Amino acid sequence: MSELEDLGLISHFGDDATPREPPPLKDLGIDRDILLRGYHEMRRLRAIDARMIVLQRQGRVGFYGACTGQEAVPIATGLAVQEGDWVFPALREQSVMLVRGFPLVAFIAQVFGNSGDVLKGRQMPSHHSGRSVNQVSWSSNIGPQVPQAVGCAMAMKLKGDKSVAIGFMGDGATSEADFHVAMRFAARYKAPAVLVCQNNHWSISVPTRKQTISQTIAVKARAYGIEGIRVDGNDLFSMVQIMRRALEKARNGGGPTFIEALTYRIGAHSTSDDPTRYRADEEVERWKKKDPLDRLRNYLVREGLVTEASDQKLDEAITKEISAAVNEVEAMPPPTRESLFEDVYRDLTPQLKLQQEELLRHPPAISPHG
Amino acid sequence: MATRNIRYREALREAMMEEMEKDSTIFLMGEEVGYYQGAYKVSEGMIEKFGPKRVIDAPIVEGGFAGIGVGAAMTGLRPIIEFMTWNFSAVAFDQILNNAAKVRQMSGGQFKCPIVFRGPNASARQVGSQHSHAMEHFYATVPGLKVVAPAFPADAKGLMKAAIRDDNPVLVMESETLYSVKGDVPDELEGGEIVPLGKAKVVQEGTDVTIVAYSRMTHVALEAAAALAKENISAEVVDLRSLRPLDEGTIVASVRKTHRCVIVHEGWPYGGVGAEITDRVQRLAFDSLDAPILRVTTLDVPMPYNAKLEQLCIPQTPRVIAAVKRVMARRSN
Repeated sequence: MSELEDLGLISHFGDDATPREPPPLKDLGIDRDILLRGYHEMRRLRAIDARMIVLQRQGRVGFYGACTGQEAVPIATGLAVQEGDWVFPALREQSVMLVRGFPLVAFIAQVFGNSGDVLKGRQMPSHHSGRSVNQVSWSSNIGPQVPQAVGCAMAMKLKGDKSVAIGFMGDGATSEADFHVAMRFAARYKAPAVLVCQNNHWSISVPTRKQTISQTIAVKARAYGIEGIRVDGNDLFSMVQIMRRALEKARNGGGPTFIEALTYRIGAHSTSDDPTRYRADEEVERWKKKDPLDRLRNYLVREGLVTEASDQKLDEAITKEISAAVNEVEAMPPPTRESLFEDVYRDLTPQLKLQQEELLRHPPAISPHG
Repeated sequence: MATRNIRYREALREAMMEEMEKDSTIFLMGEEVGYYQGAYKVSEGMIEKFGPKRVIDAPIVEGGFAGIGVGAAMTGLRPIIEFMTWNFSAVAFDQILNNAAKVRQMSGGQFKCPIVFRGPNASARQVGSQHSHAMEHFYATVPGLKVVAPAFPADAKGLMKAAIRDDNPVLVMESETLYSVKGDVPDELEGGEIVPLGKAKVVQEGTDVTIVAYSRMTHVALEAAAALAKENISAEVVDLRSLRPLDEGTIVASVRKTHRCVIVHEGWPYGGVGAEITDRVQRLAFDSLDAPILRVTTLDVPMPYNAKLEQLCIPQTPRVIAAVKRVMARRSN
């Protein structure tokens, strides 16, 4: 592997050819409390994803896109950001907002899309956003959020605000024109942006090697005049350190950084997908050995910070928290019928008002809450 | 009120500059808007006054700078995004349709998107099919967007100011063929006067037929009305100014008076703003109508380059007169 940051791989675990172990905690450069927080969040996220998929299979929610196997990237981001920073997620970074303190009940309400949902039941699941934690809404098309993140970064610079914008994308999005646009603008205006590509090796059924013949995705940043870094996305330690470095640089006027986080989608693209039709089990098994949660746990066990008993206690608390949240959310009524017309514009137009009155005149046919 | 006689492009520029002086969160971005002074000189002198941080020369990637604008609008600024022509907005459609128009609603009202998209729209002279589109029909169908199409310098200025101050995405459809047209524009008053979005204007009163138009077609409608007056046909001309929200009250009130309606716009006859108005008039003023509503539109073909064929395609005064005469043929007296 190359020593260059955009061709090599920054990892405390080495690469496939030369695996190694992370240094002991005293030499790691990350606080014990941050690691334990990250461990808790990653374990909770895996449990949330598993539960949401079960709910989808039971027909209780419509759709879900899990980030199983990729938890280190969003959790590290949540641990590294400062309060004012902006997050423009793609499909697998919703959980950044949980790390930033967004309540689990309100998060799960966005999966059910009912009256507990601040989005008022308008967005699909896995498109979470929250104004309270500076996480914007994703449109679901591949790529448009990346130039938006750069636009936000340019706005912060223009306003003299020290906040940084983080734009996420998958490996597939790097084929989109929006990727090019975002890189070009970020570089040209030295925008305080961190653009993160979660290279999970699959764009639904298209492998990254068919997406690009470039040696790495990170190396593409060179042509735009941006620092590109290729990081082990299954290594929470490196992810936290690289995110911190990139955020710090952006905050201090150093401009944008492009990060390719190498990871793997252990599960399906979404609940609408069956990956066994297009990829080999051996590949999945190989990546499971590099599971970010297992790696972190092994480390924490070695450091004496986690035990079977502490895990059991943690899991019990997580299960209890998720079950309570699901129960609470599922009992919530749907959004009101009149809410259907809100927020199309800042104020209701006369036409919307008419439609609203017309809808309300008819007695509710299905929902007793309407 | 004191007025000045200025060009349409100057009116647009004045609106942008006056608003930018008052509000430092407003910036203009588009191709050639800065050092080149604008492809149609709408932004002439703006970079000298506001500098390259607020008058930004964008690279040739409409979808890109539309997205930059949407991101900035969601997070605290008020961008004005210029398309060199609205035709080029086709490659930015996703940012307008799926992002600007939807972010407020999809986020449950958490995020707003106070952004103006503007540029010349519809036919110019011999610029071929891909540069002659009447794009307002595509955009006016989208809830979450507001669309305006001023015909006169005063409305261009007043609507542009209203668009900039509005907290929703507003699309300003200008016209290359109107940029040099002069008109009286009120001097700036305390606070700056605006033309409210969603308000049509009766630009000529009449009693026999209502002609509804907007943008350059308002001028064509007025020409037709002048010719018809010589034949003792009194046409009332309603200039829509806003296409969404649509001021159906003004249209319906006029039709209730005249009992006849002809709609004139550029763009194809299938669907579109004219079809929308037809639906509303027949629904809201059915008993007032003495004749079917007719539409005068661009012919249902891609715009040709050849000058003669092009003029055949675009609505002209004689076609408007002919349509009026057809609805007048049912005159009962």
